[in-house]
Amino acid sequence: MISEMLIKLWNNGLIQRGVWETLYMTVLSTAFAYVLGLPLGVILHITDRGGICPNRWINRILGFVVNFFRSIPCIILMVAMIPVARLILHTSLGNGAVIVTLVIAAAPYVARMVESSLKEVPAGVIEAAQSMGCSSLQIIFHVLLPEAKPSLIHGCVISTVTILGYTALAATLGGTGLGQIAIIYGHQRSNDDIIWLCVLLIVAIVQLIQIVGTQIARRTDKRIK
Amino acid sequence: MIELKHLGKTYQSSAGPVEALRDVSLTIADGEIFGVIGLSGAGKSTLVRCINLLERPTSGQVLIDGQDLMQLSHRELLRVRRSIGMIFQGFNLLEQRNVVDNVAFPLETAGEKKAAARARARELLALVGLTERENAYPAQLSGGQKQRVAIARALATRPKYLLCDEATSALDPNTTRAILALLQRINRELGVTIVIITHEMKVIDQICDRVAVIDQSRIAEEGRVSDVFVNPQSQIARELILPQSRTVMETKGGRLLRIIFHGEASSLPVVSNLVLECQVPVNIMFADTKDIDGAAYGHMILELPTDPRQAEKVIAWLNNNQIGWREEGK
Repeated sequence: MISEMLIKLWNNGLIQRGVWETLYMTVLSTAFAYVLGLPLGVILHITDRGGICPNRWINRILGFVVNFFRSIPCIILMVAMIPVARLILHTSLGNGAVIVTLVIAAAPYVARMVESSLKEVPAGVIEAAQSMGCSSLQIIFHVLLPEAKPSLIHGCVISTVTILGYTALAATLGGTGLGQIAIIYGHQRSNDDIIWLCVLLIVAIVQLIQIVGTQIARRTDKRIK
Repeated sequence: MIELKHLGKTYQSSAGPVEALRDVSLTIADGEIFGVIGLSGAGKSTLVRCINLLERPTSGQVLIDGQDLMQLSHRELLRVRRSIGMIFQGFNLLEQRNVVDNVAFPLETAGEKKAAARARARELLALVGLTERENAYPAQLSGGQKQRVAIARALATRPKYLLCDEATSALDPNTTRAILALLQRINRELGVTIVIITHEMKVIDQICDRVAVIDQSRIAEEGRVSDVFVNPQSQIARELILPQSRTVMETKGGRLLRIIFHGEASSLPVVSNLVLECQVPVNIMFADTKDIDGAAYGHMILELPTDPRQAEKVIAWLNNNQIGWREEGK
C-alpha cells in the first residue's frame, strides 16, 4: 500500500525538510509582503476620499498598480518576476528567488487586506482624534492601526494561508518544499500516496495557522469581553 | 471668547453645491453654556465643526480668543485644538484601549509621559465618577458611562472650551439629565465654556444660558433661553419650543389664545382670577409652565367661549392685567 519511495523519503528526512521549507518560505514571504503591503494599504486608505490625507492622484495611481499586479495569475507573475529576483539576489533559482517573487505577488493582495481592515475603524473615532489635535502620523500609529489590530490579524491569517498556497508553485522556479515533493516524487513518479501525504501535511499546516491566528485575534480584541 | 463672523460653508456634491451654512455670526462669551438647536439637516453639526476647523468654512472668520483660526499653520491649529475639547453623539472612544488609557490618550499624543498622563486621567475619572471602572473597556460600559469617559477625555488637556455634538441624543432621559448635570458642574467648577448642539429643547432648557436657533443653514433667532423659551419670534423656534402649535386641536369652535408667562409671580392664580372676575368659563387645552425662583415661565392655550361677547371680555381682562397673549391660528 505504502510505496517504497515514501518510506525512503521519510527515512532520509526529506518530507520533514519539506515541511520546514514550506513553513519558512511562507513565513518569510508573508513577513516581507507585509513590509511592502502594510504601508501601501495605509496609504491607499488615508489618501482615499474621506481619509485623513485625501489625495486623488496618489490614490488612483497606487490603486491602479495594485490592481494591475493582482490581476496577473500568480504563476505567470512569478515567472515574470524572475529578472527582479536576479537583480536582488543575483540568482533566479532556489528558495530565495521564490521568496522574492512571492513577495511581489502577495504585497498588492496584502495592501488590499490592510486597506479593508482600516476601513472598519469608525470615522467618528478618527474625527475625535482630530478634535484632540492629533497629527496624521499620530492618527495612523495611535488610532488607525491599534484600533484595526484584531481585523489586521484576521487578514494576516488569510494572507498567510494564501501565500502558503503560492509556495506550492515554488517548484517551477526550482524552489523546494512540500509542493516540489508532491510534483517530483509524487506526480512525476506516479506515487499517489506521496501526493496525498503532502496534501494532508499542507492541510494540517493551514489548520494550525488558522486556529492559532484566530485565537490571537480574539485575545487581542477588547470589543468582545 | 468664540466669535464666528459671517460663516459660510458650501459643499460640492454630485447634485451641485449644497449650502450648509449661510452668513452665520455668533459670539459665545467665556463661562457661558451656549446652545444651538435645530432640526436635523439644519446645519448645526457643520456649525460646531467649524469652531475647531474639523470643517473649514468656505467664507467668514472663526476667532478663538481673538485668534483667527483660518490664518494658523497646521501645527498651530493642532495646538489650538487641544484647548477645545469635543464630545460626540456616538462617544467615539478607542475600543481597544481601556477607560484610563482612553482618557490619557490626548495627553500622550500631546507629548506627556505615560505615568503623568495616567495620573491626570485618574483625576478626571474621579471628576466624572468612574474611578472604579478605570480598567474596563468601552464595550463593557453603558451609554452614559461611555459619555462620561468621553467627557473626561475631552477635558484631559484642560481645555477652555467644550463642544458637545448631540452628546445626549443617544441616551435615555434619566442618563441625559445626569450627563447634563455633569456638564453644568464642569461649567461652574472648572469654568469651561460649553457649546451644545442638540435637537432637543429639554437639553437647552435644562442647562443653557443662551440659545441660537438654526434653520435652513441660517441663524433664525438668538437670545437668552428664558426669552426665547417664553416668546419665540421665529416660526422654527415656535415649532421646536411649542410642538403643539402644529397639531390641530379638537375645539368646540371657540377662539384659541396662547397666554405667555414672562415671569409673573407664580403664586398669582391667573386662570382662576380670570374665570372668577369675568364670570366666563375657559377651557385649558394645553399648558407648559414652570416655576423658576417664584416666577412663572411658559405658556398655556385657552379655548374661549364661542359667544363673541364673552370672548372679548376675557381678552379685555388679559389686557387690563398685562398678560401677554397671542391668538392661535386654526
